[in-house]
Amino acid sequence: MSSSSGALFTGHDLACIRGERLVFAGLDFSIGAGDAVLLVGANGSGKSSLLRLMAGLLRPAGGAVRWGGGSIAIDPEAHNARLHYVGHLDPVKAALTVAENLAFWAGLGNGSGVVTEALETFDSASLADVPGRFLSAGQKRRANLARLAASVASLWLLDEPTTALDARATSCLMEAIARHRVDGGMVAISTHVELALDGARRLDLDTFARQPNPVERAS
Amino acid sequence: MRWAFEIMRRDLRLALRQGVDSLMAVVFFVLAVVLFPLGVGPEANILARIAAGVIWVAALLASMLSLERLFQTDYDDGSLELLALSPVALELVVLAKVVAHWLTTGVPLIVAAPVLAVLLDMDAQGFVVLIVALALGTPTMSLIGSVGAALILGARRGGVLLSLLVLPLFIPVLIFGVAAVDAAIGGFAARPHLMILSGLLIGAVALCPWASAASLRQSLE
Repeated sequence: MSSSSGALFTGHDLACIRGERLVFAGLDFSIGAGDAVLLVGANGSGKSSLLRLMAGLLRPAGGAVRWGGGSIAIDPEAHNARLHYVGHLDPVKAALTVAENLAFWAGLGNGSGVVTEALETFDSASLADVPGRFLSAGQKRRANLARLAASVASLWLLDEPTTALDARATSCLMEAIARHRVDGGMVAISTHVELALDGARRLDLDTFARQPNPVERAS
Repeated sequence: MRWAFEIMRRDLRLALRQGVDSLMAVVFFVLAVVLFPLGVGPEANILARIAAGVIWVAALLASMLSLERLFQTDYDDGSLELLALSPVALELVVLAKVVAHWLTTGVPLIVAAPVLAVLLDMDAQGFVVLIVALALGTPTMSLIGSVGAALILGARRGGVLLSLLVLPLFIPVLIFGVAAVDAAIGGFAARPHLMILSGLLIGAVALCPWASAASLRQSLE
């Protein structure tokens, strides 16, 4: 788990503008196999925006995000196939059971269809036949996180994944992340709470923040 | 391709479980048409004269009803982000969702249309052409509507905005759809009109998924 040996996934001189405001600029990151990066910073410092840039949902206002040297914008579908993104929302359909929801998302990303096993990873096997509308916020989050275990992807982008999770589920998540890193996977997590991750690097977005000046633009 | 099929299957399953959306469209269609004999009066010759137009306008409005929810529910619960991040091209995702939408809201309209045509005393010569024209016209409306549905994501009062955006674009479909039925009833060839409707459908298949996908990407930024 050496921190930067052969960085596969890198960002160079990234700038992000949201609503006429420069959120961050001059940001570099590099994530290699087995790396975990914790994104920390105040509210509005651009943690979620950076994760969306990494996923390719947002285009950077400046700089480039690269995978193994090539920009991810060249082949977005190939980039999509190697990442799992967990955002603020839990896409669990009210009319479908947890197992059906999960099977759908697993089927979308070269999944092996191991739905029950994936639910067990997050201690939610008993939820398999429960329709989404009866889930609590934490259970929904667990059903969403089970996607990580249901199909293989080397890059995990997690946006405050521990929101609404209880202590037990949080430790399940930490174990899953540890296993993923042992297998050579990469993780980027934004968080406000201290997470027990060995050898994780911290990326403090406050250091890249600019004065909130509506006129200033990225050059 | 298999993934696009999976998305379609999921949407169909959701529509079947929730049922209300597709049922609402077809019930609205029937009610709107039934109002005409009550409003215009029961003279059979007047009703027969306006039947094709009434059925088409009602079908147009009915297909508008459920369009708003085409992407909105997926947008609200974050599914759309994940669909955009799936290894399928977003254009195919759009196409899969539109096909599912058409199967659950367009097809019931086509099935209900002949019954309503009988109710309005439409000439029986026009029945087959009416069904064929609707079968060509309703998917075109779903496709054009998908562009509007993608554009209104995140807007307040999106439903009204959607009708303003999309209804003018439905006009060509309406004109040739009605003309085809009128031609068949009058003893003329309906084929040219049906060919134009097919042309509109092919054009919509070629253009609309791209326009919708572009506007979905915009709304996800």
